[in-house]
Amino acid sequence: MTRWTSYIDESRKPYPFCPGCGHGLILDQINAALVKLQIDPRTIVVVLDIGCVSLCREFLTTNWMLGLHGRSVTYASGIKLANPNLKVFVLTGDGGVGIGGNHVINAARRNMGITVVLFNNLNFGMTGGEHSVTTPPDSITSTTEYGHLEQPLDVCATVAANGASYVARTTTFDENLSDLIAAGIANEGFSLVDVWEFCTAYYVPNNRYGRRQMEAMLERLEFRTGVLRSSPRPEYSRAYRQAVAGEAGRPTRPPQPIEARYTSRLSRRVACVISGAAGKKINTAAALLGRAAVGAGLWATQRSDYPVTVKTGYSISEVVLSPERVCYSGVTKPDLLVVLFPEGLARARPHLDTLTPADTLYLDSRLAPVQTAARQVLLDFGQTGAFVRKQEYWATMAVAAVLRDRHLFPLEALEDAIRNQSSYAEENLAAVAASEGLIKSST
Amino acid sequence: MREFITGAEAIGRAALDAGCDFFAGYPITPATPILLYMVKELPKVGGVAFQAEDELASIGMCIGAALSGARVLTATSGPGLSLYSENIGLAIMAEVPMVIVDCQRLGPATGAATTTGEGDVQFLRWGTSGGYPVIVLAPADAVDCYNLTRRAFYLSERFRLPVFVATDKETVATLSAVEMDRYLHEPVPKRNVAPADADHVPYRIGHPAEVPVMSPFGGPHLVRVSGASYNERGSRAWRPAELDRLNRHLAAKVDQAEDEIALVRADLQPGARTVVISYGISSGSVAEAVRLVRREGGEVSGLTVISLWPVPEQAIRDAIRDADRVVVVEMNLGQYRREIERLATDRQQVVGVNRVDGELISPDQILAEGGIL
Ligand SMILES: Cc1ncc(C[n+]2csc(CCOP(=O)(O)OP(=O)(O)O)c2C)c(N)n1
Ligand code: SF4
Ligand SMILES: [Mg+2]
Repeated sequence: MTRWTSYIDESRKPYPFCPGCGHGLILDQINAALVKLQIDPRTIVVVLDIGCVSLCREFLTTNWMLGLHGRSVTYASGIKLANPNLKVFVLTGDGGVGIGGNHVINAARRNMGITVVLFNNLNFGMTGGEHSVTTPPDSITSTTEYGHLEQPLDVCATVAANGASYVARTTTFDENLSDLIAAGIANEGFSLVDVWEFCTAYYVPNNRYGRRQMEAMLERLEFRTGVLRSSPRPEYSRAYRQAVAGEAGRPTRPPQPIEARYTSRLSRRVACVISGAAGKKINTAAALLGRAAVGAGLWATQRSDYPVTVKTGYSISEVVLSPERVCYSGVTKPDLLVVLFPEGLARARPHLDTLTPADTLYLDSRLAPVQTAARQVLLDFGQTGAFVRKQEYWATMAVAAVLRDRHLFPLEALEDAIRNQSSYAEENLAAVAASEGLIKSST
Repeated sequence: MREFITGAEAIGRAALDAGCDFFAGYPITPATPILLYMVKELPKVGGVAFQAEDELASIGMCIGAALSGARVLTATSGPGLSLYSENIGLAIMAEVPMVIVDCQRLGPATGAATTTGEGDVQFLRWGTSGGYPVIVLAPADAVDCYNLTRRAFYLSERFRLPVFVATDKETVATLSAVEMDRYLHEPVPKRNVAPADADHVPYRIGHPAEVPVMSPFGGPHLVRVSGASYNERGSRAWRPAELDRLNRHLAAKVDQAEDEIALVRADLQPGARTVVISYGISSGSVAEAVRLVRREGGEVSGLTVISLWPVPEQAIRDAIRDADRVVVVEMNLGQYRREIERLATDRQQVVGVNRVDGELISPDQILAEGGIL
C-alpha cells in the first residue's frame, strides 16, 4: 500500500510568507493531519480563497483551485455535489469569511461535506492590513486609524448555531492543532476550524500583539477554544442522492406531440384574449384553447400576463390561432375578447376601445352593460348548474362557448386537449358539457 | 407532428438531451421555470439540481461541478446575471465549460420583472472585467431554444468557455406550436478528457487558439485550476511573456473560430434594397413583416442573427452587400445596431426599430418605422 508521507512539496519551501506569519504553520498542520489520515491526494480538492492564504496553493501535492474572493465555499459545494467521494477543503482568510459569509452559513446549514480552515489573522494581510469581520474592538488597522467600533463576528458560534457538525477554535500555538484539523476532516459533514494566528506584517506591529495578547483577547471576547461542537448528521451531497434515489432511471418528461385529429376552416389569424381574475385558471383555459387548436391542425401561441401576486388581481391571456405559423405572438387588437370577473373587466378596458363591429365580446353577464362597438355575447354562468359555484372552471366554459359560437374548430378538439392534460380532466370535461346553456344572448 | 411548448421546457429538455447533469440556480422571473424543470427532471438521469443561496453561489457551484466532470447549466435574468459577472470572468480565465441561459426582462435593476426585453445584449458580451470574448446564441423561437441550448453545450465543451443562451421572457414563457421535425439531434460528444496513462499538464497547448484538454477533479491526474494568471501547469504566472501567452490564448480561441461559431438565418431576396436584421423574439415579427411586403409584391430581405457574439461579421456583410438600407429591429434602444453600423458602408443607411415598453415589436411597427413599403 502506498503511504503518503507529505501533501506538500517540501522542495519548494521556504514559504513565501513574511517571517513569523502564521499561514505556513497552519499549512504544515493541515499536512500533518492529512498524513495521519492517509487520504489519497487525487481524491482531495483544496479550494483556496483569495489573500495571502492563497499562496499555499503552490505547495500542495493535491488537486487545488483558486477562485474568487469569498466564493471558495461555493466552488467547494459544487465539487462535493458533483462528486461526493472527494474530500473537499476550503482554506480561507478572515477576509474571505467576511465577503463570503452567506456561503459559509449556508454550507453549514446544509452540512455540506467541506472542511473549512480559517486562517484568522484578524486583518487583510494581502491588501495591506485593513480590518476584517474578525478584527477585535479597539484594534488599530489601516482602515481603523481612529479606532475600531465594530463587534467581531464569532464565526464559530455562527456556524455552530446554524448546523455545522464539527466546529473547533484554537491558535497556532496549540500542539493539538493537527488533531483538531484531522477530526474536522474525518467528519463527513461541514467542519470549520478557526485558527488564530499572526499577521506579522500588519496586525502584530500595529497592535503590539503577541501570544499573551492573543490569548487574553480570546478570553476577553469569551471565545472558547477547543472542540466547540461535534455532532455528526447526514452530509448534504449524500443525503441529496438518497432523497432522489427513487427517481433514478425514471423516464424524463417526454415530448408532448399533439395529433391533429380534427380540421379547421379558419382562413386567417384570429387573436383571442381572455381577461379574468387571478386564481381563476385563466391561463389554463387559454392554454387548452391553444392546444386544442393544434389538435385541429392550426398553429397557435399563448402568452399571459398577471400581477406578481398570483392569487389576487387580474389575469389575462392572449391566444393567437392561425392556419399559418404564428411568428408574431403579440396582440394589438383582439378579434375575440372574453371578459370574466370585475378584475378582468378593469384589465380589459384598453382592449374594449379597440374592438370593431367585426369583433366579438364574450361578457360575463354580471358585468353588463359594457359599451363596445363589437358584437356582444352574454355568458350567464347561472345556467351552468353546479358550475355556477365553481368559478375556476368558468374560463374553460367560456372557451367552450366561444367554440360553440364561432365554430373555429370542433369542440371535440377541446375535449381531447382536456383529456391529454391529465389534471382535473373530468371536472373540465363536465364544465365543457355544462357550457351548453351558457350563451344567454348575443347582439 | 406538432407540439405546444414553452421555450423554458425546450431549454430544459435540450439540456437533458445534451447530457447535462448539474444545475444550480436561484429563483428569478422569468428563468424560474427552468430551475423547476431541472429540479424535477435531473435526478431521473442521476444528476443534481440545486437552489443556491444566491446567484454568486449558483454560478460558483456550477464552476466547481464542471471542474469535477459535470456538464452544467444555470439560468437567470438581468439582476442575477449582474451577480454572475465576476464568476463569468473566472469561468473564462480558468476555461470552464458551462451554459448560462439569460432570460432577459425589461429595464435595469429590478426593471419590469414580468415583461420582456433584450437589454443584456452588450452586457452579455462585456459583462465581466478584462474584455475577453464569450459566445452568445439567441433563439428566435422555442425550436431554437432546443437546438441552440444543445449547440451551446457543444460549444462550451469545444471551447472550454461559458456559452450564453440569450433569450427573453416572451420566448421562455409563451406556449407555441412547433413542428417537431425541426428539432435537431446532433450529438453532444462526451467531454474530451486527458488520457489516464499519460502525463497531464493542465493548460498545455500547441498554439494560441488551441483549447487545452481537461481532466476532472477526482480523475487520474492532479489538477490545478486558477483564476489568477497561470502558466501551463496552473501555477502563478508573472513574467510578461507568460501573461501575454495566456491572455492572447483566451481571445484567440474564440476570435479565430468566428466561422465555426457563426450562425445566421438569411432570407435574402435578390434585388431587395432593404435588409431587415433582427435576433431573438423580434425575428418572428420581422418574418411576418417580410411576408407582408412580399405578398404586396415588394422586395425585402430578412436576416436573423443567431450567434450574437462573436459577431458573425462575414455573414452580415454578405447579407447587406447590395442594400441601401439596413433596418435593425430589437427590444432595446439600439444595442446591436452599433455592431451593424460598423459593418455597413458609408452609403448604407442603418436605422433602428426599437421598443422598451415591454410590448413586442409588431410587424406593422417594423414596416412603418423601418420605412419599408
Ligand atoms: C471581489 C474582490 N474584492 C477585493 C479583493 C482584494 N483583496 C484581495 S485579498 C483581500 C483580503 C484578504 O484578506 P484575508 O481573507 O484575511 O486573507 P489574508 O491576506 O489575511 O491571508 C482583498 C480584499 C479581491 N481580490 N476581490
Ligand atoms: S502580509 Fe500578513 S498574512 Fe500576508 S504573508 Fe505577511 S504576515 Fe502573512
Ligand atoms: Mg486575514
